[in-house]
Amino acid sequence: MWKNLMDWVEYRLPIMRVANMHAIQYPAPRNMNVWYMFGFLATIVLVNQIVTGIWLTMSYTPSAEEAFASVEYIMRDVEYGWLLRYMHSTGASAFFIVVYLHMFRGMIYGSYQKPRELLWVFGMFIYLALMAEAFMGYVLPWGQMSYWGAQVIVSLFSAIPVIGPDLVIWIQGDYVISGATLNRFFALHVIALPLVIVILVFLHIVALHEVGSNNPDGTDVKRKKGSLSEDEKTKYKIHEYYTSNYDIVDDIVPFFPHIVLKDLIGFAVFLLAFCYVMFFMPEMGGYFLEAPNFEIANPLKTPEHIFPVWYFTPFYAILKAVPHKLGGVIAMFAAIIALALLPWIDRGQVRSWRYRCGLHKWNLLIFAVVFIFLGYLGGTPQENWKITASQVATIMYFGFFALLFIYSKNEKCKPVPARITE
Amino acid sequence: MSNVSTDANDSSNAESQPENNTRRRFLTVATSVVGGVGAVGAAVPFIASWNPSIKAKAAGADVEADISKIEPGQLIRVIWRSKPVWIARRTPETIASLSGLADKLKDPDSSEEQQPEFAKNVHRSLKEEYLVLVGICTHLGCSPQHLKDGAFEQYVEGVSEGFFCPCHGSKFDMAGRVFQNVPAGLNLVVPPYTFIDDNTILIGSEEGAA
Amino acid sequence: MRKLIFILAILLPGSGAFAAGGSSVPLDTAEYDLTDKASLQNGAKLFMNYCLGCHQTQYQRYQRTFEDLDIPVELGKENLQFTGEKPGEHIKNAMPAESAATWFGAPPPDLTLVARVRGADWLYTYLRTFYEDESRPFGVNNIVFPEVGMPHVLQELQGLPRKTTQEELVDGEMVERYVGIKADGSGELSPADYDKAVLDLVNYLVYIGEPSRLTSEKIGRYVLMFLLVLLVLVYLLKKEYWRDVH
Repeated sequence: MWKNLMDWVEYRLPIMRVANMHAIQYPAPRNMNVWYMFGFLATIVLVNQIVTGIWLTMSYTPSAEEAFASVEYIMRDVEYGWLLRYMHSTGASAFFIVVYLHMFRGMIYGSYQKPRELLWVFGMFIYLALMAEAFMGYVLPWGQMSYWGAQVIVSLFSAIPVIGPDLVIWIQGDYVISGATLNRFFALHVIALPLVIVILVFLHIVALHEVGSNNPDGTDVKRKKGSLSEDEKTKYKIHEYYTSNYDIVDDIVPFFPHIVLKDLIGFAVFLLAFCYVMFFMPEMGGYFLEAPNFEIANPLKTPEHIFPVWYFTPFYAILKAVPHKLGGVIAMFAAIIALALLPWIDRGQVRSWRYRCGLHKWNLLIFAVVFIFLGYLGGTPQENWKITASQVATIMYFGFFALLFIYSKNEKCKPVPARITE
Repeated sequence: MSNVSTDANDSSNAESQPENNTRRRFLTVATSVVGGVGAVGAAVPFIASWNPSIKAKAAGADVEADISKIEPGQLIRVIWRSKPVWIARRTPETIASLSGLADKLKDPDSSEEQQPEFAKNVHRSLKEEYLVLVGICTHLGCSPQHLKDGAFEQYVEGVSEGFFCPCHGSKFDMAGRVFQNVPAGLNLVVPPYTFIDDNTILIGSEEGAA
Repeated sequence: MRKLIFILAILLPGSGAFAAGGSSVPLDTAEYDLTDKASLQNGAKLFMNYCLGCHQTQYQRYQRTFEDLDIPVELGKENLQFTGEKPGEHIKNAMPAESAATWFGAPPPDLTLVARVRGADWLYTYLRTFYEDESRPFGVNNIVFPEVGMPHVLQELQGLPRKTTQEELVDGEMVERYVGIKADGSGELSPADYDKAVLDLVNYLVYIGEPSRLTSEKIGRYVLMFLLVLLVLVYLLKKEYWRDVH
């Protein structure tokens, strides 16, 4: 009876075929380490943001007059409203934490290299859409930081020659940031950008499953058809979609249940940290929820210090480092574009930093430190020494790409093992 | 989860080590159960958030009404939970006429649950002089008109006072009981209420003064 | 995960900058206790008597305060509600914003979230550092909020506070250094009792800024315990499935 029903459905909708192809019989390198769980976590956080977001719109009022009070209404009057809101606000920061770690994973193991260039580029588009999504979401509570943060970010567009000032007014829908701006940001935040992000994530995963997962060794687990002896082939049942075109090395496990179980451990640890923050310190010392944002937006009074939320501060520091308005905006966008072009900037043949030259390892580590340092500079009050510091750090940021471009051409690498080592 | 684990068994059996199937099964079930409990727990705030908020409850709180200025034959309206509530002071003649209408009514004895227990009498009220009703027609939600001093005669012969719904012509007597041959099927609702003192009615609670 | 914690640890030290309220005076630590209902009740009483005349807490309802602070609604309505609304209403005052702006230079801010904007320490220090200053419209100034446009409403409790300074030699010049605030003794409370009263008030303001805090921590403990159990189970299950891989 049950089986008949399943067959009836399967004939019309390939549920099991997709489950087999993309999970149960999907070959995943068995040496994927903790760095490989952040993609899974990002998906979980995305679902959290969408679900809690839907629930928040049920009680939120998108108007300049009502928005701030409606957030407090959610926090006080709606049953468990405070929890829904903290899930969403903590989720926003958690999203960027896991995405940054996910991106750094891609960098150290060369996951952006051939044939995963498009995969990486789709990822960068997700990152861009996520930044727009987070920025517009931060405007919605209509606190002081919402208002003045929006003011600063939207003003960036005024740096564009000729059309800049008109463009800003067009984006705002008013001569200042106003209720009209709030309403359109609300629409973009709750439906337009989430749709874009979901579609991009889908494409990201399709592209991933087409080329297969990379791994910490950078060794391919899919080999040319007929190049492996039976002994070297995996004993797990792998979907014929993969085996008909390739031989699969005996270095893999099925994605389900093996990798999923690994990811679930990461998920449980992540949830522990997430819930700790959410239940005990939702402001995270002013990083996740900034203190001035508990004051209603006041167009006549600028807060003493304006910072974007922590996940934007590295780029904000680059913006401030350039003593020229348009130049600063260009530098900021160039910093993101440089990342997107990584597959072509890196001309190396070896993926993982394990087998690349010492310079590459140091270059990556210093890049990570510089990125965090830029975040610190962009997220703390302006001081004189910080101007020079952020200029040096900006140069070092771009220096990473320049150096990589130079040394990767004729890099001395260690031999990559033919089989996965762990 | 469990039916898929057999798939994994098939594939990994090829490896040499024998499996501890009992342990595997136990852990799978235990994790699934605990995970399921977690999922149910996570659903609680989402479901609970649909309950009336404190704001809605505050707006739906009990309402006090001053009845000291109502003349016999007069009707006042108060708002309770965003609905009109009528408080009418019936004249002795009206009260006397109520018992004679039984054969014209659908539910003369208030056997349907349209009133608190205390109002299950011929005048459908705590004190026979005062009638308290939710002023919404039980047919499709319009608010009926109060017609008196013979104005109701045109709808029901021999009855001088009552309620007439302009939307679909339903008719009710001065106890909120529905007449026969009209679309509405039930008597008008009597809300819970209580007398705080002779001049004040509290609508929303049956007993215990707030 | 290790890296994640590491990165967070690096990010954290810069956090202090966010809470600052425009003064370089070191703030006293407010050791408030949200579980101390007596303190919260006293704080609520002080707020309703001394603050609500000018400052509203318009996002909070009386009833919520009464329930969370274990004050019976009837008692609260009688003793803490002076404006005759229903307990379900928001805590507001009748002062029109425009005339308030003319009296004080700016409308007195809403205080529902003031503890989340300024921080408990700032409030605790601010309310204890008013001092006599004839040059100001209300005759008082404040150490952490210089040129403040607010009278010292708690003066009947504290007495007239005076700033005490000490002459010090800095780089060959005599400089007046701020030492502290000393009341003239005309207040109803001793200095220690005054500090306690202010702490109660701050406690109440912290509570009202986030009424969900206590519930949140209570639920949070259960959730964390649950997740630990889940973690152990998932770990064992993963081990079980991976036994035959290596």
